[in-house]
Amino acid sequence: MPSIPDTNDALLTVQGLSLAIRRGRAHTPAVAGLDFSLRAGETLALVGESGCGKSLTAQALMRLLPPAIRVTAGQVRFQGRELLNLPEAAMRELRGRGMGMIFQEPATSLNPVLTVGQQIGEVLVRHLGLQGRAVRERAEALLQQVGIADPARRLDEYPFQLSGGMKQRVMIAMALAGEPSLLIADEPSTALDVTVQSQILDLLQELQARRGMALLLITHDLGVVARMAHRVGVMYAGQLVELASRDAFFQEARHPYSRALFAALPEAVPRGARLQALAGQVPAFAAMPKACRFAERCDRVQSLCREQAPLLTPLAGNPENQVRCHFPGSGSFLAAAAGPGAGSPTFGPALLEVSGLQVHFPIRKGILQRVRGQVRAVDGVSLELAPGRTLALVGESGCGKTTVGKALMQLLPLTAGSVRWQGQALAGQGGKDRSWRRRMQMVFQDPFASLNPRMTVGDILLEGMQALGVVTDAAAGRAASAALLEQVGLQGDSLDRYPHEFSGGQRQRIAIARALAVSPQVLICDEPTSALDVSVQAQILNLLKDLQERLQMAYLFITHNFAVVEYLAHEVAVMYLGRVVERGSTARVLAAPAHPYTEVLLSAVPRLDGRGRPIALAGETPSPAAPPAGCHFHPRCPRAVALCRERYPDLLPLADGRQVACHLPAASAVQLDGEG
Amino acid sequence: MMPIQPVLLWSDLLLWLLLAGALGLGFLSARAAHLRQAWRRLGRGAVAMGAATLLSAFLLVGLLDSLHYRLRLPPAPGQTQAMYGVEVLSLLDGLLSGLRERNEKTYSAPLATRLYAKESRDTPAGVVREYPRLKHGGAHLGEDEAGRDRDVLQRGFAGLVLAFLIWLALAGGLVAHLAWRQGCSHREAWRAIWQGETALAWRGVLPALGGLLLVALPIFFLAGDYHVFGTDKVGQDVLYQVLKSIRTALVIGLVTTLVMLPLAVVLGIVAGYFRGWVDDLIQYVYTVLNSIPGVLLIAAAVLMMQMLIDTHPQWFATAAERADLRLLALCAILGMTSWTGLARLLRGETLKLRELEYIQAARAFGIAPPRIIARHILPNLMHIVVIALVMDFSSLVLTEAVLSYVGIGVDPTMTSFGTMINNARMELGREPVVWWSLAAAFIFMFALVLAANLFADAVRDAFDPRYE
Repeated sequence: MPSIPDTNDALLTVQGLSLAIRRGRAHTPAVAGLDFSLRAGETLALVGESGCGKSLTAQALMRLLPPAIRVTAGQVRFQGRELLNLPEAAMRELRGRGMGMIFQEPATSLNPVLTVGQQIGEVLVRHLGLQGRAVRERAEALLQQVGIADPARRLDEYPFQLSGGMKQRVMIAMALAGEPSLLIADEPSTALDVTVQSQILDLLQELQARRGMALLLITHDLGVVARMAHRVGVMYAGQLVELASRDAFFQEARHPYSRALFAALPEAVPRGARLQALAGQVPAFAAMPKACRFAERCDRVQSLCREQAPLLTPLAGNPENQVRCHFPGSGSFLAAAAGPGAGSPTFGPALLEVSGLQVHFPIRKGILQRVRGQVRAVDGVSLELAPGRTLALVGESGCGKTTVGKALMQLLPLTAGSVRWQGQALAGQGGKDRSWRRRMQMVFQDPFASLNPRMTVGDILLEGMQALGVVTDAAAGRAASAALLEQVGLQGDSLDRYPHEFSGGQRQRIAIARALAVSPQVLICDEPTSALDVSVQAQILNLLKDLQERLQMAYLFITHNFAVVEYLAHEVAVMYLGRVVERGSTARVLAAPAHPYTEVLLSAVPRLDGRGRPIALAGETPSPAAPPAGCHFHPRCPRAVALCRERYPDLLPLADGRQVACHLPAASAVQLDGEG
Repeated sequence: MMPIQPVLLWSDLLLWLLLAGALGLGFLSARAAHLRQAWRRLGRGAVAMGAATLLSAFLLVGLLDSLHYRLRLPPAPGQTQAMYGVEVLSLLDGLLSGLRERNEKTYSAPLATRLYAKESRDTPAGVVREYPRLKHGGAHLGEDEAGRDRDVLQRGFAGLVLAFLIWLALAGGLVAHLAWRQGCSHREAWRAIWQGETALAWRGVLPALGGLLLVALPIFFLAGDYHVFGTDKVGQDVLYQVLKSIRTALVIGLVTTLVMLPLAVVLGIVAGYFRGWVDDLIQYVYTVLNSIPGVLLIAAAVLMMQMLIDTHPQWFATAAERADLRLLALCAILGMTSWTGLARLLRGETLKLRELEYIQAARAFGIAPPRIIARHILPNLMHIVVIALVMDFSSLVLTEAVLSYVGIGVDPTMTSFGTMINNARMELGREPVVWWSLAAAFIFMFALVLAANLFADAVRDAFDPRYE
C-alpha cells in the first residue's frame, strides 16, 4: 500500500452535489448532497450496492450524465475550476486531458471497427496535438506502459483480436493518453477474471504511484477496496453514509450499513455460520424516507432515526473520518481469519457419478462445412456428487465449468464419457425418458434472463411440474406453487405477478423455486449469485444452505468466487482448460493448494485484510481449440520443468484424499499431507 | 319473391371472418386475468382510444362496403323466373346511391357549379366557348349561381351546429351514464372524464368523435347537392371513390397479412430455433425470393393470374366477382413475396432468445420444442410482429398503388387509393392543375395509416409487461 503523498490542496472537491431524475415535470432526487475531496496521488473508493448512485456521481464529474438526469445543486471544483458551469468546449478539453475514465465492460467500451492504434491516437491528436510518427510512437509507449507485450503489432489489431484483460489494458492506455491528473475507474475489474483483475489492479496502482494521479475507484467489491484505496466512501440510497481512511474503515466501520455489508460477505464470517443478510430493499428514489434512509433496514434503529435525518458528521478524535448516523456502531466486527471449518472428508454413497466427460464443439469451415478442428470445452472431467454435499466447480471464464453443468443437464450433447445415477447409466437416454430430469435441475446465473418476462410467476413454476407430470390438475399445481414460493421466502400471493415486478434477489429465489418444483436431488447452480449485490448474495447463499440441510440435496456449484466456495462447498474441483487440475475437500485445497494454478487463483483473490501478494501469472489462457502440448498450464507455470512440456500429468491422489494433476505438487501441500 | 339477391364475395367472407376472429381472440384473452389487465391498460390510453374511434369509423365504412347484393330486374312480360342485374352493389353503394349515380361529364372542382373544361355551345348568338353548368353539382341553385357561396356556408354551418349538438348530446349522455354508474354528481363525472380517471379513456374518444362529426356532417349536408371533392376525368364523384377505396385498402392490408403472417412466423422461428439444415433451407428460400426484384415477381404472378381469369370467363357470374378474385390473388401474391423481411427479423430474434436462460431452463425440464416455441419464444416476439404488421399495412397500400401504376394492381373496375393516386398523378401534369383527387386520396389514406400506427403502438405498449 503506497503512502498518501503529503499535499493538502485538494485536486477535486465536490460539495453538496445533488442529482435528480427528470420524469415529465417531476424531479426525483437521486443523489443528495455529496461532499468529498480527492488529493493528487490519492485513491478514494466509492463503495455501494447497485442503484446507490455511485456511477451517476462519476458521470456527473465528467458531465456525461444521461439527458434524463440533471444536477440540481452543488459544486465540483477540479484544479481550482468550477466544472458545472464550464462551457461544453472547455469541458471537452478537460475530459481525457484533466480527467480520464475507465468503464466496466471493456468489450463494449472499444470501437470494434477501429484499430487499437487509431483509438489511442485519437486522444493523442486531440489532447497533446501530436501528429504523424509521434502519435504512433507515443501510443506504442503507452501500450508498453500498461504491460502489453509486442505493442507495435497490437497497435494495428482490432479489439476482437484481444482478450478481455488486454482490452481493459487498452482502455487504461487510452485513459492515460491525455496524461490526466484524475482517473475515474468505474468497476474496472468487475467483468474480469480474478487473475486478470489482479493484474489490472496492480497496473493501476503502479501507474498511480508513478504519475501521482488521483484515482476515484468505483466498486462494490470490498476486497478490491482493501487492496487499492487510501480512503473509502460508502454510498447508500444516493447519500454518502460514511467516509473514512482505509485502515479505520476495515478495522472499525461505523455506519450500520457498512457493518452490514461486511457481515454479508462470505469471507468475513466463519465457515458454517449464517451470513447476516440485510432485510428489505433500498428504498426507491421516489419514496425516499425524509429521515434516515437506512432506518427501515437498520438493526440499531431508534425513534430518533425515523424523525430526524442524520448529517455526515466528523468523528471525535479523527475528523478525517465521517459518518452519517445518529448512533454509529463501534468495535471490530471482522472475524479473525477464520480457520477452515471441519468439513468432514467422508462421503455417503454417490448419487451422481460422472466419468471422463467430454464436450467438444466442432469447428466447421468452408462451403461444405467440413469439420476442421475441435474446441475441447470439456476434456475428460470426472466428478461424484453425494446427497447433502456441495461440490464447487471453480475456474476462470472459458475453462468449461458452465459447459459441464449444461452437459449434465443434457442441454449440450456429450462427446464422450458416462453419467451414472446411483450406478445406472443416464447419458445417451435422449429425449424419450424424461423422468431423470426430475432428479436434476439447474439454477442459472442471470435472474434477469432466466425468467420469461411474458409469463406470470405461477406459470413459470407450473411449467416444469406439468412437463414432468408432477401435478396434473390446475388447483393442485397452484397450491404447490404457492408452497414453493413460501419455501424460498417469498409471499405465496405473488403467483399472478410478472417477473419484472421483482428485484434481482427475489427473481433468483423464483428461479430456485422453479428448479425445486420437481423436487430434484441434485441442483446444478451456475454462478447463481454473481449477478447480485453482496447483501442479496448473502440471502441467496443462506437460502441454498437451508434448503440443502432440509432437503439433503446435492449441489454442483459452478462459480469463480472463492469466498462463496469457502462458505458453501464441502468439496472443490478447480478447472483449467476443460480439465480438473485439483480436487479435494474445500478446507484443504483452500488452505494449502497443491496445483500451481490453484495457488495463483487463490493468491489473486483480493482479501479483506489487504494482505497477501498475488502471484503474477504470465500470458493469457490458451484457446481450448489448441491447448499447449504436455501439461496445459506449463507455459504459464512458475515451476514448469521439461517433463511438464512432454506429458499431461495424471490426476493422482495425495495422501489426504485430494487429487492433483501436477508433476510437481506444492511442497507445502505435500507436507501437510504428510502430517495429516 | 325477394327484391335483392345477396352476393357473398370471397373477400367479404375473409374480411368478416377476420373480424370474427379478432373479436373471438379479444374475448378469449379477456378471460385470462393478466391479458384482461393489458386490455384495460390499452383502454386507459387517450391516444389509443382516439385512434380506435377513427379506425372504427373506417372499419364501419369498409364493412358496409362488404355486404353485397344484386338488384332484381323488373320482370319482362311472360317471365316467371326472377332475373337479377349484373351489377353487384354493396350496402354502402345503396346508401350512397345519390353520389354513385350523379355523374358529370368530366372534371369539376370541389363544390363547383360548372365543369373544369370549356365546351363549345351553339346559341342563337353563335358558337360560344364557355364552362358549361354541371348536371348535378349545384343544380338546385337554378339561375342563382352567385348564391353558391352563401348556400355552401349555410349548409356547412348547419352541419357544424348539428355536429356540435350531437356531440353535446353524446357527451351529456355519457356523463349522465357515468354519474349514475359511479353515483356521483354530473360535474364530478365530467371532471373525471377529462382527468383521465375513467376506466375507458373517454377523453380520447370524445375529441376524436367530435372531430369526426365536425368533418362528416358538413360534408353530409353538402354532398346532397354538390361534389364536395369534385369529380374525376369521367365525371365520377371523388368522395364516392374515396369511400369505396377504404374497403380495398382494408382488404389489401388485412388479407395479405393473413397469407404472410403464418409463413413469416413459422418459417422465421423454425429457422432460428432449430438451426442446422432447416435454417439453411429456409435461408436459401428467402434469399432466392429476395434476390428476384419484387415488382417483377409480382408482375409475373399477376399476369399469369390475369391470363387464367381471362381464359375462363365462365367462372364468374359478374364483373365484381372477377375483380374480387383478382384482388384476392393480388393479396396472396403480395403475401407470398413479403414474408421474407419479417421472417428474417424473427429468425434473428429467435437466435438470440433461444440462448437465453429461461429457454435453457425450459429445455432442462424436457419440454418439447413446439411447446417452447409457443410459450416462450412466440410471446416474446409478438411486439415485433405487431409493429411489422402495422408498418406493412401502410407499405402494402403503397405497393398496391405502385402495382396499379404498372397496370398489374387491382382490377381497373375497382376503386382503390392506388388507382386514385395513379390517376391523380396524370392529372397533376395538366394545366390548370387538377389537385382534388390526389388531395382526397392522400388525406383519407393518411388518416387511416396514422390511426392504425398510433393504435398499434399503444397495443404493443399495453401488452408488453415491461412497459408500465
